Amino acid sequence: MAARLGLRFAALGYLAALLAFPVGLVFWRTFEDGLGPVWNAATNPEALHALWLTVLIALIAVPANTIFGVICALVIVRDRFRGKTLLNALVDLPFALSPVVIGLALYLVYARTGWFGGWLVDHGINVIFALPGMILATIFVSLPFVVRETVPVLREIGTEQEEAAWTLGASPLTAFFRVTLPAIRWGVTYGIVLTTARAIGEFGAVSIVSGSIAGRTETLTLHVQQRFQGFDLTGAYTASVELALLALITLLFMTLLRKETPVGDSDSPGDETLR
Amino acid sequence: MAIAIRRVTKRFGEFVAVDNVSLAIASGSLTALLGPSGSGKSTLLRIIAGLEHPDEGDVSIHGEDATGLPPQERGVGFVFQHYAAFKHMSVRDNVAFALKIRKRPRDEIRDRVGELLRLVQLEGLANRYPSQLSGGQRQRMALARALAAEPRVLLLDEPFGALDARVRKELRAWLRRLHEEVPVTTVLVTHDQEEAMDVADRVAVMNEGRVEQTGKPRDLYEHPANEFVMSFVGPAHRLGEAWIRPHDLEVRQEPNGTSTEAMVERVVHLGFEVRAELVLGDGRRVSAQVTRNEADELELREGQIVFVRPSRTHVFSAVATPPGHS
Repeated sequence: MAARLGLRFAALGYLAALLAFPVGLVFWRTFEDGLGPVWNAATNPEALHALWLTVLIALIAVPANTIFGVICALVIVRDRFRGKTLLNALVDLPFALSPVVIGLALYLVYARTGWFGGWLVDHGINVIFALPGMILATIFVSLPFVVRETVPVLREIGTEQEEAAWTLGASPLTAFFRVTLPAIRWGVTYGIVLTTARAIGEFGAVSIVSGSIAGRTETLTLHVQQRFQGFDLTGAYTASVELALLALITLLFMTLLRKETPVGDSDSPGDETLR
Repeated sequence: MAIAIRRVTKRFGEFVAVDNVSLAIASGSLTALLGPSGSGKSTLLRIIAGLEHPDEGDVSIHGEDATGLPPQERGVGFVFQHYAAFKHMSVRDNVAFALKIRKRPRDEIRDRVGELLRLVQLEGLANRYPSQLSGGQRQRMALARALAAEPRVLLLDEPFGALDARVRKELRAWLRRLHEEVPVTTVLVTHDQEEAMDVADRVAVMNEGRVEQTGKPRDLYEHPANEFVMSFVGPAHRLGEAWIRPHDLEVRQEPNGTSTEAMVERVVHLGFEVRAELVLGDGRRVSAQVTRNEADELELREGQIVFVRPSRTHVFSAVATPPGHS
C-alpha cells in the first residue's frame, strides 16, 4: 500500500512540477491584469492573422497526412516488396530529425537559389517565405503520427473482415469504407489528434521557411516568440493560451466522438470474454 | 457439377500449397475437405471463393468458368474460422450487409434478415453487437450473413475450429439440419476426421497439397486407398506390412492358433467402449477397442497377459503414392 502510494506520488509530482505548474503559471500570468489587455492582445490584427494562419495550415496538413497516413499504413501492413523496411524507416524520419534541420532541408530545395525553387519562382510560385513552404514544413514534421497509430490496429484486424465483405459482394472500395475504415477508426482518430497537436505547435521548421513576417507568414507559435522577444509579455501569454485552447478543443472533439460509439462496440480487450 | 476444379496448382514462393488437384463437387452435396494443417485444404477453398488465384488450372461454378472472376461475382458465401464478424455493426446489420450492398428495398431486407435470424436461432439478438455474442452465436450469425444473398455455393473454412468441444458437436448437428432445410452446395474444410464423417456426405482427404481419396465417409473408413487415408481417417496401427483398426483386433484370455501374446499396459474406459493399450512380445505397442461387456468378460486389467489376433487387416502396395498422380 505504502509502495503504491509512493509510486503515485512520484508520478503525479513529476507531472505537476514539470508540466502542470509552468503551464498553469502561463494562464495565471495571462489573466493577471484582467481581461482587457488579453482582449486587446488577442484582437490585434497580427495576432488574429497568426491564429487564422495556424488553423489554416492545420486544416490542410492534417487531412493530407490522414489520407496519406492510412494509405501508407495499408502498404506497410499488407504489401510485400523490396525496400519496405526502408519505407518503414523513412516514415519515422520526421521523429528523428530536428525540425530546424527539416526547415533547412526544405529551404535548400525550394528557395530561389535552391535545387527546385528557381524553376518554381519563375513560374510564379513562391514556396519559401510563403504559405506553401509553411504547409510543406508542417506536413513533414507531423507525417508519422497517423501511420504509426494505424499500423498496429490494421495489423490486428487482419484481412478477414475485408475478405468477408468481398464475398458478400462489396467492391474493394466499398469494403474499405464500410468495413476496414470503421474497424481502424480509433487508431486513425488518435493519429489525427496527435497530428493536429503537432501541426498547431510546430515552430522550428516553420520558423526557417516562413521568415516570420508579422501579419503575413507568422503562425501563433512564431507570434509567441516575436512578442516575447519584443517584451510584449501579455501578447506572448495570450497567444500561448490560444495555442493551449486549440489543443484542448482537439482533445474535446475526440472525447465527444468516442462518447457517440454505441454500447458493446468497443475495441477494448474485454471483447473476447463473452463466450 | 456445382463445382469443378481441374488441375489446380497454387504455390507460395517455394511451397506448393495445392498440387495439381482435380475435384468435382455435386450440386446440393455437403462435401468435407479433410486433412492435416498445411495439406492445402484451406487454400483450395479460398481458390474456389476467388480469395486466392491458382497458378495453374481452372475452377468452374455451375458450369461457368470462374477462374478469372473476383470473389464478388462468384455467388459464393464464405464463413471464416474466426467469424470475421463486422464488429462495428449490430447482428442485424451484419446479416443485412450483402443485401444493402445490392441496394435491395428496405422492406425486403427487413423480412429477409428476420427470416435468416430465425433460421440461425438468433431472433432475439438482432440489436446486439458481435462482442456481446458467444463464439457459437457469432458463427451462426456469420452463416446467416453468408446465406443472405442466396449463394450458389457455401464455403466453410474450419467453421467450428475456434469453439469448444460441446458447442462444436451441437453446431455440427445443427449444420446438418440446416443443410437439409437449405440444400445449398456446401464445402466444409476441417482437420477433424470425426467432424468430416459426422457432417459430410462426401469427403475428400487431402495431404501435402494433393487429394488422396474422395468418397463417402464409410467407404474411406472401410476401403482406404492408401496408408495416409488409413492412418488419418480413424485410428489405425501398423503391424508389419499390414494396417489394422483397434476394433479389428480380437482379444482372448487363451491362445488360439495364430494369436500373439501381449501384455495389457493400460485400460482406458470411454463409456460404451474400452480401449486396451497393449505391448506385444517384440515390444511394439498396439491398442485394441472392445465393448464394455467384452472387457468385463476378459477381466481386463493392467499387467494382464492376453492373446490377440487381427480379424481384419489392410495391406497397401509398397509406396503410398495416390492413384492418378505422378
